[in-house]
Amino acid sequence: MGKTHLKMTVNSKEVELLVEPRQLLIHVLREELSLTGAHIGCESSHCGACTIDMNGMSVKSCTVFAAQAQDAEITTIEGLGSPDGLHVLQEMFKEHHGLQCGYCTPGMITRAHRLLQENSNPTEEEVRFGISGNLCRCTGYQNIVKAILAAAAKMNEVKESA
Amino acid sequence: MIASAFEYHKPDTVDGVVSLLSKWGDDARVIAGGHSLIPVMKQRMTDISHLIDLGGIAELKGISIDGDMITIGAMTTQHELITSEALAKAAPLIHEASLQIADPQVRYMGTIGGNVANGDPANDMPGLMQTLDATYHLTGPEGSRTVKARDFYEAAYFTAREDDEILTAISFAKPSGGFAYEKQKRKIGDYATAAAGVMITIEGGTCIAASVALTNLSDTPVYCAASVDALLGSSLDDATIKAAVTAAVDASDPVADTRGPVDFKKHVAGVIVKKAITSALARA
Repeated sequence: MGKTHLKMTVNSKEVELLVEPRQLLIHVLREELSLTGAHIGCESSHCGACTIDMNGMSVKSCTVFAAQAQDAEITTIEGLGSPDGLHVLQEMFKEHHGLQCGYCTPGMITRAHRLLQENSNPTEEEVRFGISGNLCRCTGYQNIVKAILAAAAKMNEVKESA
Repeated sequence: MIASAFEYHKPDTVDGVVSLLSKWGDDARVIAGGHSLIPVMKQRMTDISHLIDLGGIAELKGISIDGDMITIGAMTTQHELITSEALAKAAPLIHEASLQIADPQVRYMGTIGGNVANGDPANDMPGLMQTLDATYHLTGPEGSRTVKARDFYEAAYFTAREDDEILTAISFAKPSGGFAYEKQKRKIGDYATAAAGVMITIEGGTCIAASVALTNLSDTPVYCAASVDALLGSSLDDATIKAAVTAAVDASDPVADTRGPVDFKKHVAGVIVKKAITSALARA
């Protein structure tokens, strides 16, 4: 039961490494690729802290074996923005106090990113339903929902003026 | 939590899967979306030496609507079921039920085949498939065969599928009439405390076709023949609905767990079945 060759595109960069098939994608991202943005929360696919984007889907990376990510296109929070150039969602989370302890935030923002790709003008209810796979124990969600709605409005504004 | 070591296989045909299953027998398991299997592997509650990934098999994917017959490939995800406009039009019951399964992330990965074949009584699709009177298509070393959803489930995690067979697709006649899938759960992402699928067709004020099935109220899904008998031929008056609800509750056999004691679950079953019948009736 040796290691297998894993090839993925992570945050627009091609990576190639040797992994055991049983390694979880979250462990490969955090421990092999030093991408520690996505967090390990419940480890049982409930909390959504480990959410990443894989092949255009929001995925809980604690419930994906590395071997299943062969040839996958992956975006983590590190691929969405940087400290010098925050993503609109990151800006809006900051502005609307969409985080307190910050543990759920990378998963929350990565999920919100995919949600807005699929529905650029969601209602409040659609936002709440869309992030229902991500738990936050601090904010009570209100400001997260506000931040996502504000990001949607901002992204649509930019689109209109383009 | 890290699973025990296994050898990983990713064949690109159904025949390839079947030959691996024949070779490795009990030591092998297929993985579809993995959101039931991986958590169990991580907890080391199962021992699998050979994991066969179905993710590379194109013939297991997709929804086809051919006249009155709907066929859904086993590897079609719940997200794909929800976003298919053609399916939402042809079988809105599937759309309604799929939205109530787990959460968005799980629905991107979770498949209809995994959900029905796993045999977990808490999964929603088995009860839904019994409501629709669906047919399961299985392929093994001897070839292909079909089993009705209403005959497939034997006990929790025990089904009519042999170890060297895989479920490739499900099919059912395009449903008509009123429908509903009602589910009571503690929170999004939780399994049902009680859930029920109902279909009702009315002609000239009389119920001419009906179907009632339950989720997570026994060690298998429960098709409620006695409820259907009560509804058929009736005018669906209050007394009939009450009789159908009572028959469904009598057919249930829940066990006490973190979702509540038996009496509570039976109470919720009654509420949910009544809600589903009323809602299906309003749409009939």
